[in-house]
Amino acid sequence: MKITSREVLADSQGVSIVKLVIQSPAIAAKAKAGQFVVLMVKEEGERIPLTIVEADPGKGTVTLIVQEAGLTTKLLAGAKAGDSLYSIVGPLGHPTVIKNYGKAILVGGGVGIAEIYPVAKALKGAGNHVTVIIGSRAKGLLILERELKAAADDCIVMTDDGSYGRKGFVTEALKELLERSKYGLVYAVGPIPMMKAVSGVTRPFGVFTLASLNALMVDGTGMCGCCRVSVGGKVKFSCVDGPEFDAGQVDWQELSSRNSIYNEKEKHICRLRNAG
Amino acid sequence: MKKEPVKAKERDSAARVRDFEEVVQVFSEAEALREAARCIQCKEPKCVSGCPVGIDIKTFIGQMAKKDYDGAYFTIRRKNNFPSICGRVCPAEYQCRKACVFTKKGEPFASREAIGIHFLERFIGDYGAGKALRVKAAGDDALSRVKVAVVGSGPAGLCCAGELARRGIKVVVFEGLHKTGGVLRYGIPPFRLPRDILDLEIDSLKKLGVEIRTNTIIGRVKAVDELFAEGFSAIFLGLGAGIPSFLGIPGENLCNIYSANEFLTRVNLMSAHKYPAYHTPVNIGRHIVIIGGGNTAMDAARVAIRLQHMNGIEPDTTIAYRRTEIEMPARRLEIEHAREEGVKFRMLVKPEEFMGDEKGFVKKMRASRCELGEPDAGGRRRPVVIPGSSFEIGCDMAVIAVGLGANKILTGVTPRLKTDKYGDVIVDPETMQTSIKGVFAGGDIVGGEGTVIEAMGMAKKAAGAIIDHLGRKAD
Repeated sequence: MKITSREVLADSQGVSIVKLVIQSPAIAAKAKAGQFVVLMVKEEGERIPLTIVEADPGKGTVTLIVQEAGLTTKLLAGAKAGDSLYSIVGPLGHPTVIKNYGKAILVGGGVGIAEIYPVAKALKGAGNHVTVIIGSRAKGLLILERELKAAADDCIVMTDDGSYGRKGFVTEALKELLERSKYGLVYAVGPIPMMKAVSGVTRPFGVFTLASLNALMVDGTGMCGCCRVSVGGKVKFSCVDGPEFDAGQVDWQELSSRNSIYNEKEKHICRLRNAG
Repeated sequence: MKKEPVKAKERDSAARVRDFEEVVQVFSEAEALREAARCIQCKEPKCVSGCPVGIDIKTFIGQMAKKDYDGAYFTIRRKNNFPSICGRVCPAEYQCRKACVFTKKGEPFASREAIGIHFLERFIGDYGAGKALRVKAAGDDALSRVKVAVVGSGPAGLCCAGELARRGIKVVVFEGLHKTGGVLRYGIPPFRLPRDILDLEIDSLKKLGVEIRTNTIIGRVKAVDELFAEGFSAIFLGLGAGIPSFLGIPGENLCNIYSANEFLTRVNLMSAHKYPAYHTPVNIGRHIVIIGGGNTAMDAARVAIRLQHMNGIEPDTTIAYRRTEIEMPARRLEIEHAREEGVKFRMLVKPEEFMGDEKGFVKKMRASRCELGEPDAGGRRRPVVIPGSSFEIGCDMAVIAVGLGANKILTGVTPRLKTDKYGDVIVDPETMQTSIKGVFAGGDIVGGEGTVIEAMGMAKKAAGAIIDHLGRKAD
């Protein structure tokens, strides 16, 4: 559970995204694209889920990418190479179904770009033609562009402020692609409004669309039911039934409000920390 | 004249609702001796048959009465590795105490006059732990060369590990969470089972040579066949019940509606009541409704009312149950304690819908009133909704404590492991062996939710069968 390396991928506009490589041979040996771990930074810490961005069975390491948001992600992003995590367990959740869909589009927004990276590599490996659309608020917050350009056949970069790539939202580029050609899969990871917008764009085209959800979790094994989400009117647990679901069937409003349950408490603990 | 039963002392309810310290105090030696002396040492003791693990209750109480506490401790430990735990959490009023000769015929649970067997067991358990009395592992050359994997460190897994280890078998326990104990730690609150007691009992297993690996989910990081390939000669699955059941009514996913598992895990395992010193949050409502009538519902209610007190909120926690108190499956002591602590009870209430505010937080519950109909297959009278009786209860937090289903993490990736329609593992009732040779199971993953001691009963049976299985292999 030792952190073997740490690298700051982005640090701009008050947002910091950090890449950590963690020694965990057992997880590295089994991890597949789309799966996640649940970790604790320290004994007093929370259990939080994070997608496995890369697993190296040879070195026995897994790579995680974390954006500072609440206290736990701040502590994690602030850890140094050589530090040890209190606990890490995984791999959890169903792996992405990797097969030949023909042509696939992967849409990543913000730190969600990290999560489409393993899926892009796996889909490419399965013979798909892979286009990635990655977007961020501004140039300084864009991550993994070089890696995704290498992994995919095409890579479209969008920024909200136009400071790099094209100006605008990822959904604009997505719509254009869908209008021009047939695709077998759209796969989206990012903030809830982005994933919701992606499902709105793909619906009229009838293209199979998966989103990897970022529900709150405690144990990650189906025991607590914290991560429940309505999909097609049925209650599912993101941790054991997901984390990927048919984006067109997800109740985004419910997910968004459930993810806000602790907003007040988060603000409070972060204020305390900053004051301290 | 018959002697009065000795009741264990309890902390005053006004004080105890402000912390998570233990409520029921251990007997003093004088109290224990007085209570032990009430036992009439029946020629054919029924209490023993009321115990799922068959503790020789008559003998240990007889030893106690003669102040042979060491003897009493080892008598219990012959059948039960965890007297300090069972003495605290066993529903004795449905088990040994109900079978006690002092329980009046036809009573639904033990009479007040029944011997306080659980209090005596606890006294002896704590005495043994305090004196560091140790059961030694019996050296058995044939068995000491084999190793057994135990999946899950809850009551079933720990019990099985203990039974095997004392026969000299090398046992490795795999636990998915970062801490051991399963439901004993994430479910049962410290005011019922203090953490130092739990740690002591688990330490006693480690001293017997049991190795425990936390953060290891079998079925994810290792498959059953990989365990065999690594040289484990047998596997015991003590997976517990995993998935929380919900009511399936509208509004159930509103914010601040918790499953009992989530609510209790946040507090008991992650110490959310110590937020922000501990980082896991939990919300605390002003008007909290707990749905259910089992031990988990009582635990959730008692945790909830403590959180309200500790946060300066005027306490308002209500248990809503579909039947009446007599049908509640919870321990009588827990129901009493909840009531003393100010938890309100609304019986014959069936939730129909939760309603929320514009931000998606629960604000009220609509429910119907029920009356009791005919008994169901289990003998409990079924609740029947009274038409047109719908009413609303204001609540800004709800906890659903209506049971658990099988967790499929391991069974889902092990097709050879046969399960029933509920997802529970099917076993041979004589040996607890599953459809895979050398794989045994016990506890809640077999036959659904039960008590700690029932899980241990199954685990003991499985341990016996594992020893037979290994013995045959060793020959």
